Amino acid sequence: MSLKTVGNRDLSKKEGQGKMAGKTMFDKIWDSHIVDDPTGEPTLLYVDLHLVHEVTSPQAFEGLRLANRTVRRPDLTIATVDHNVPTTDRDKPIADPISKQQIDTLAQNVEEFDITFYGVHSPEQGIVHVIGPQQGYTQPGKIIVCGDSHTATHGAFGAMAIPLGTSQVEHVLATQCLLQEKPKTMEIRVNGELSKGVSAKDVILGIIGKIGVDGGTGYAIEYTGDVIKNLPMEGRMTICNMSIEAGARIGMIAPDETTFEWLKNRPQVPKGDDFEAVTKEWELLASDSDAEYDEIVEIDAAELEPYITWGTNPGQVLSVKDSIPHPESFSSAEEKESAERALEYMALEPETQLTEIEIDRVFIGSCTNSRITDLRDAAEIVKGYKVSPKVTAMVVPGSTLVKWQAEKEGLDQIFIDSGFEWREAGCSMCLGMNPDILEPHERCASTSNRNFEGRQGKDGRTHLVSPQMAAAAAIEGHFVDVRDWEAKI
Amino acid sequence: MDSFNNHKGVVTPLDRSNVDTDQIIPAEYLKRVERNGFGPFLFNDWRKLPDGKPNPDFILNKSFYDIGTVLVSRRNFGSGSSREHAVWALMDHGFKAVVASSFAEIFHKNSFENGLLPVILPDEHISTILDRANAQPGYQLFIDLENCEVSDDHGLHVPFVIHEDSSTHDFRRHTLMNGLDSIGLTLKQENKIDQYEKNN
Ligand code: SF4
Repeated sequence: MSLKTVGNRDLSKKEGQGKMAGKTMFDKIWDSHIVDDPTGEPTLLYVDLHLVHEVTSPQAFEGLRLANRTVRRPDLTIATVDHNVPTTDRDKPIADPISKQQIDTLAQNVEEFDITFYGVHSPEQGIVHVIGPQQGYTQPGKIIVCGDSHTATHGAFGAMAIPLGTSQVEHVLATQCLLQEKPKTMEIRVNGELSKGVSAKDVILGIIGKIGVDGGTGYAIEYTGDVIKNLPMEGRMTICNMSIEAGARIGMIAPDETTFEWLKNRPQVPKGDDFEAVTKEWELLASDSDAEYDEIVEIDAAELEPYITWGTNPGQVLSVKDSIPHPESFSSAEEKESAERALEYMALEPETQLTEIEIDRVFIGSCTNSRITDLRDAAEIVKGYKVSPKVTAMVVPGSTLVKWQAEKEGLDQIFIDSGFEWREAGCSMCLGMNPDILEPHERCASTSNRNFEGRQGKDGRTHLVSPQMAAAAAIEGHFVDVRDWEAKI
Repeated sequence: MDSFNNHKGVVTPLDRSNVDTDQIIPAEYLKRVERNGFGPFLFNDWRKLPDGKPNPDFILNKSFYDIGTVLVSRRNFGSGSSREHAVWALMDHGFKAVVASSFAEIFHKNSFENGLLPVILPDEHISTILDRANAQPGYQLFIDLENCEVSDDHGLHVPFVIHEDSSTHDFRRHTLMNGLDSIGLTLKQENKIDQYEKNN
């Protein structure tokens, strides 16, 4: 991979007199949403869509009540429950009283403030970043916010999607606006063609490995290049989703025919002539050919491989062909120390081949990899094989509609026949807020986005991989290079 | 929000980079619907042994460090999840400021929104502070937001910023020093919001 840095340019120069450089997609969306732009202060931007879930919203609604404020645009606000919900039988009451209270609190808040709500029994329920696009709320050109760090997922449609903390959730509820400092822009151009067995997940893991977990801090990333253009929407969402794992709050991809086709006929998308008209507008959003970015990173797809994280942050990632590094091999004291700590937590020895690492659990799910194409990819691998007797494996679809679609295609049966558990939709073991957690010291091949200590359960050990890699590991009981595995089929 | 002018307090050194919000407060403890009460779960998995007893090796369980109000750590502090609970937990425990060589963006914003001061210092000064704090329990830092200087009683005297971007630094310093509520500020622009809605 080659890294080309174009240096930090002064943003103000772009707006100088004379011939102006073209605009990036970021600039176009930013400029069209300015409500107020006082010098020396953050810009006040208008928000087109606010997605709400049960974990980051209760204190925001409470804040509104305490200040005697209300929700300015309930019609632009959508809520669902995902983080806490059980993925087993939903006709039973929720066992954990505090989880139940949080879910009930959201139900009361949406009622009080008149917000559209996809509750636990709604067919449209699911992970907030899966259902926004699925229902067609997510559209090109919109500013979309959510009290969740993976909000950039929606940027895959050419939207500017921004993650918020709870205070900002309250701010948007009250004002429908967001105070935002303008980030710099970074183009990450992925050239060439992905080889078989290398997925969108590997593209983003490769990017994070290259630029680091804070390489994108302060930037809005636009992903471009042939690899991105040739990806289906699900793969584009996987890439934008993990922008935050590279430190960037915003990740986006220009909308094109693939985007429009995917959105067509979704419930919230305009129909007929209106659709044609809106598509014409969406076509104008792509960055101009002479637009300038503050940084450019170029990546050659030929050098991307299936990746596995070995440590406790997503930047500690290696190709499936590699072995665990020696902490001494890192140049900075900080990285050395962090590798030592990670290896101790992960109970791994330097020089161990990644393919020798044995696993106890497999989790296929999360807002990164729980869409229908992810399930198809995994099912294709496991079809006709049995999950290793040492491994407990589960599939948690991203939404109830994804689950139904998979069932229509018979994917559920493929997974069940192989020995996977087939669950209801939700965040599940991505963060272990519901009963789906790792036991201490269990090792998991996971398609989620964070391998932090304890993320999937106290003392649990997480390795992030693509759905294909997770599926193959479930069968073998240890990691395998999915490219060889495919050869075996 | 309370205004912040300056603070003198005991340092709790946390010599790690990439301290993520899952460590600051694990997901299991995010279920409360209030803003308070998160302090007991701050750094829960590092702070407690599997049987729930305090881990004597963890800094927050050591005497003098347990009363710290200034947390000092390294690069990319607060990475990961957007959970504002991380800031609430730190503040509920008693921290007034976090000193680090850089902050992850969402955490950074959340700390401004709540009045937890994020102090950015170059690595070399962080190392000095960590060394001094590790050597002497009860070591104190004085953080002066008005003059943007950090000092101690042993000759350290260095300038700091609360954001790398100078206009953001100035703006946030102003709002912190005046305890301004950003919703209140925005609602003063309500006519502009009305206007935007009319035009779009
Ligand atoms: S699936 Fe995981 S990362 Fe995605 S929203 Fe849920 S908890 Fe967050």
